[in-house]
Amino acid sequence: MNEVKTKPAALSKKDFISNQEVRWCPGCGDYAILSQVQKIMPELGVPRENIVVISGIGCSSRFPYYMNTYGFHGIHGRATALASGVKLTNPELSVWVITGDGDGLAIGGNHMIHLLRRNLDINILLFNNEIYGLTKGQYSPTSELGKVTKSSPFGSIDYPFNPPQLALGAAGTFIARGIDREQKHLQGLLKHAHTHTGTAFVEIYQNCLIFNNGVFSHLTEKEVKAENVLVLEHGKPMIFGKNEDKGLRLNGSHLEVIQLDGKTSHDHVLIHDETNKIQALLLSELTYLKDFPTPIGVFYHQDVETYDHMMIKQIDYAKEQKGEGNIEALFHEGYTWTV
Amino acid sequence: MAEDQQKISKTTEEVDVVTIRFAGDSGDGMQLTGSQFTNNTAIVGNDLSTFPDYPSEIRAPAGSLAGVSSFQIQFGSQNIYTPGDTLDVLVAMNPAALKVHLKDLKINGLLLLNSVNYTPRNYKLAGWESNPLEDKTLKDYRVAEVNMSELVANSVKDLNLSPKVINRSANMFALGFLYYMYDRNLDSTIDFITAKFGKYPDLAEANRRSLKAGYNYAHTIKIIRTNYRIPKAKFKKGTYRNIMGNQAVSFGLVAAARKAGLELFYGGYPITPASDILHYLSGFKNFGVKTFQAEDEIAGVMSTIGAAYAGDLAITATSGPGMALKTEALGLAVSVELPMVIINVQRGGPSTGLPTKTEQSDLFQAVLGRNGEAPIPVVAAQTPAHCFDAAYEACRIALEHMIPVILLSDGYLGNGSEPWRIPEYKKLPEIKTHKKTDPEDFLPYRHDEKTLARPWVVPGTANMEYRVGGLEKSEGTGNVNYTPENHQLMTELRQRKLDIIADSFPPVVPFGNSSGELLILGWGSTFGAIRTAVENALAKGLSVGHVQLTHLNPFPKDLGEVLGKFKQILIPELNMGQLQTLIQGKFVVKTEGLHKMKGVPFTQSDIYNKMVEMLKGLA
Repeated sequence: MNEVKTKPAALSKKDFISNQEVRWCPGCGDYAILSQVQKIMPELGVPRENIVVISGIGCSSRFPYYMNTYGFHGIHGRATALASGVKLTNPELSVWVITGDGDGLAIGGNHMIHLLRRNLDINILLFNNEIYGLTKGQYSPTSELGKVTKSSPFGSIDYPFNPPQLALGAAGTFIARGIDREQKHLQGLLKHAHTHTGTAFVEIYQNCLIFNNGVFSHLTEKEVKAENVLVLEHGKPMIFGKNEDKGLRLNGSHLEVIQLDGKTSHDHVLIHDETNKIQALLLSELTYLKDFPTPIGVFYHQDVETYDHMMIKQIDYAKEQKGEGNIEALFHEGYTWTV
Repeated sequence: MAEDQQKISKTTEEVDVVTIRFAGDSGDGMQLTGSQFTNNTAIVGNDLSTFPDYPSEIRAPAGSLAGVSSFQIQFGSQNIYTPGDTLDVLVAMNPAALKVHLKDLKINGLLLLNSVNYTPRNYKLAGWESNPLEDKTLKDYRVAEVNMSELVANSVKDLNLSPKVINRSANMFALGFLYYMYDRNLDSTIDFITAKFGKYPDLAEANRRSLKAGYNYAHTIKIIRTNYRIPKAKFKKGTYRNIMGNQAVSFGLVAAARKAGLELFYGGYPITPASDILHYLSGFKNFGVKTFQAEDEIAGVMSTIGAAYAGDLAITATSGPGMALKTEALGLAVSVELPMVIINVQRGGPSTGLPTKTEQSDLFQAVLGRNGEAPIPVVAAQTPAHCFDAAYEACRIALEHMIPVILLSDGYLGNGSEPWRIPEYKKLPEIKTHKKTDPEDFLPYRHDEKTLARPWVVPGTANMEYRVGGLEKSEGTGNVNYTPENHQLMTELRQRKLDIIADSFPPVVPFGNSSGELLILGWGSTFGAIRTAVENALAKGLSVGHVQLTHLNPFPKDLGEVLGKFKQILIPELNMGQLQTLIQGKFVVKTEGLHKMKGVPFTQSDIYNKMVEMLKGLA
């Protein structure tokens, strides 16, 4: 845009912090996520002016105000559609959608699945706290069955969505999960999402201190998390447990937990292959299963040509075939007569 | 052209104006027949106006009243503003078409029927108690009862075609018949057939022969003793083409984008009768036009807002129910002060209503239909060709003031057609944008003094990163601000921004009398019917004036003054009085409304009769 391009000085985290006071509840998991995003931004190799953060409505959707990048705080559920327009207008931009379990999966569920299927090169960070925070504590599309909330005093009778499975079903090409408290891991995921060409869907478990405190504590508390979290790494065996003594094995068409106690060989443990969609589906099935660990990391990753790329190609092709559009010729095409 | 010997003496007569309606089953090809006749009419140099009227069902049961599709054209040597009131010729391919349309045929008008379809089963299905060809139903008309299908079959015997294909070619027979009646050359349609059916030589040949058979048949039968020649119309100097409203809108958008130095983005969801805008634009990819067929109406408008934020000329189009879905986003567009055009090709409502029929009942929705104080400029197109100017004007306002603009068209304009005087691109008004790339003194919500536009800084511009959203903002910085004084200030600023748009409007100059007994105040697609009626009234010495509004929000600044110069004001609308209510809310004037809610446009006589009634005793 600027006429004189000089090599910009290296950016740091503070270059991505806006001058606006952050107004989340003290102790909210959103702070940790914001901090990780601000931390990785300078490492992406993208000029700051090319980064756009777009959100809908909800606690997490205040995010763009706190990023010193271009930002758009949209309306409820529509961030993905807004982001699509931005990306198609300027495919050079690095577009980040910030959404939540209500914004992205309830009111914005339709736009979410269509963005995933179209595969525009956009990164979606879905903050999942399994509750409605900004409206003060109603159950969300990811709250568990039976959840007692302000709007479900007798327990919710809604079955929850399983976000990675929904994204798989919508033909998502990059599907991952992180946790607000797992900061290093989250940084890695965010960078990976950025390098994926196509729609990246990153679910981030996020603690809501006020309305759903501790809902992920089994995955975050030091004493228990190793027993409950399976960290997926491409090409590595699916091993978990404090002593790395448990693994996942494929038995028929199901996963099962095996004890690695010397009798069962490590050779039986499934190796994670993030390009294997069926395996990703099996892993996503573990989301709500009690006797299994919760997987985090990249479930699935496949490079498929993006919508934005195909759009540019089509425009180039049309110009090549028909020549650059000529307005006068367009006006005069077909039968004309002169008086 | 006709090779047969003339068997009876024929004469050619000159007439000024003719109205024809082609009507048949939705599978009979009436729209195609009508558009062929239209192109041919343009070629002979007549002025014209068309009105296609088709069912929303893609294929309603054959022979049913619901399945009748029609195409009307009025053409002549004088100015033609409407598709005409009553018919000189009705083509009724089946009894259902006859049932629906016979009431509009003039006494002694010509009725062309494909008799093969007038079977007991068909006429009963259409609600005739006995065969209308045999009882007294048609005694007041000149009837050409022709077994078109049999005649076509005879002419293509050697081609070995199925009866279905032969029947489908009957429309070309009817077209050929009318070409003879109006002394036309068949070449334009023969070229069309050859191009359309190029891959199927037999089909092309059948259609060509059918067309010629109809022409020759008309030449030989007694009932057509005279054929008619309509002298060329007196057009203003220039080069012309025929154009449909939705097509003209698309041209206007592409031209405005080019003029403003922008790329065009269109995000939308298919909906009748607006889809053609998407169809046209998706074919303009070599102009760099990006079309995004979104998953729903909401995504259509949201992607449009995203495109506006990122720097394209951003457009979405829809019809009433889709407009309702876009409402929340329009509030956001107002709040973020970004330029875009939202097109509503209106149709009959409420709810799904009458998808393929025309109405003007979304004016309130356009002007008022949002939560909060959310002023949006509203521009209305008046004729199919005027759709070009209206679209261009909507883009101009949007870009010069950094504001979303609603463009109102309707089904009648969108699908209707008329000759368009092709403008010279380089003479179209310049359009300036508020793009800014200089970070010096940049504040995202600092408003330009003259236009009240805020700077248009798009992502990708270095050192100007800023955030925007639907929360109330501080004037200047654009930071979130809920304080009472700031909200008052910003609300007034958004209203003032709308009001000053009127500074650029041309003065209101009534057609006909500029003061006196009666002003007809219209907006949008009622232009043609009103103008015809007013011309008739003026010719009879009545004291009337006509103002047709293009700008409905804000109104032109001198409108109140003009209204005050007339004793009576008539506001005809295809709604229950929406403009009337807006006018009476704004100006202290007494007005009378004329409301038609039939899914069809006003006829000139609807308007004329009302004028005469209001002027009774004064003439």
